[in-house]
Amino acid sequence: MKLSEVKEILKAKVISGEDKLDIEVSGGAASDLMSDLLRKPKEGSLLLTGLASIQAINTSVIGGMAAIVFVRGKKPDQAIISHAKKHKIPILSTSYNMFSSCGRLYARGLRSITWLS
Amino acid sequence: MVSNIIKEFRIEAKDFIHAGESSIEIRRILKSMGLDADITQRVSICAYEAEMNVVMHGGNGIISMILDETGVILEVMDKGPGIDDINLALTEGFTTAGEEVQQMGFGAGMGLPNIIRNADYFKIYSETAKGAYLIMCFWLTNTIRRECSGRLFAAWNNNRHDGVG
Amino acid sequence: MKVRDIQSEFNLEIAAGSKGLDREVTDGYCGDLLSDVMANAGPGDIWLTMQSHQNILAVAVLKELAAIVLVNGHRPDEDTKARADKEGIPVLLSPGSSYPLAGRLFAAGIKKKQE
Repeated sequence: MKLSEVKEILKAKVISGEDKLDIEVSGGAASDLMSDLLRKPKEGSLLLTGLASIQAINTSVIGGMAAIVFVRGKKPDQAIISHAKKHKIPILSTSYNMFSSCGRLYARGLRSITWLS
Repeated sequence: MVSNIIKEFRIEAKDFIHAGESSIEIRRILKSMGLDADITQRVSICAYEAEMNVVMHGGNGIISMILDETGVILEVMDKGPGIDDINLALTEGFTTAGEEVQQMGFGAGMGLPNIIRNADYFKIYSETAKGAYLIMCFWLTNTIRRECSGRLFAAWNNNRHDGVG
Repeated sequence: MKVRDIQSEFNLEIAAGSKGLDREVTDGYCGDLLSDVMANAGPGDIWLTMQSHQNILAVAVLKELAAIVLVNGHRPDEDTKARADKEGIPVLLSPGSSYPLAGRLFAAGIKKKQE
């Protein structure tokens, strides 16, 4: 699914990475806590999180994620935005909550990255 | 393919602003060397979890990476309070992290379990009030498996950490 | 939809609180930050989380949640199970992650009417 579709489905604002809306995201991953996301690599996935923090950006870089959506209307501060720009991770923000965001994306065909725990 | 690359990074305790940067740099180096994506990912995850542990719990520390023809070796050592019960620390969900760390999205007790899940070889040493030492190895091919001797273990063990305040 | 229906439809293991399986589910909530769940979850929500300590029961009771699903193979500790049994709030287990489970629950109609 293209990031531009994600933006449309979630009625999201682009916080940074306007030039990257054409990228493909290969699956969805939802978590507020960072460590569960690093159980296994999740290359190319879309991270949905309510934690607007520097570590959300770092976790995404380390985990190889393609983009981040902050849910619940969370808007990251300037330091976080700069950090994301530096590491070239596009960020969106949606006012839908996590459950609803997952539901809407899943309904339009975005599945999760499968891994064996 | 590649001659030995050795890199060391300092980690500052409680520096949550810069926490993760060493791991990201390690990842960048491995990617730039054209290393297999799967190994790069697994090294990155282990480096990051280890780095975050030092920042959250440890005193100042060092993370070291060696890349050679067999694969990658990561060593992490710190002069922090150490781990009182290693077996407990290795169980999923166990954490000694405080509230502020949990609010940052960490301290769910997944760090060491994640490392075990992603590293081909992992050993941890610690003593209360002395600090902790971790070594993680990642092999390039299935046929290369060897006991992983650490370059920095002696320095940690003898309490001589050059450059670690 | 009752918790029982969701439990059987999605083949979720029952870890505790089975006397609450007839509780009614009206919406879903995903979240791991307890302060956020306290602020934003509502009565009748089925709560998907990886947090497995007994504080989750306090949250579930206070917010009148229908049930809790622990994702990613997390399991409740003994204190959590005991509390769930006492309060009659089901704790179900999912080996998978929250994204696909939320997706499927949403598709099954667990969502607020207007949004």
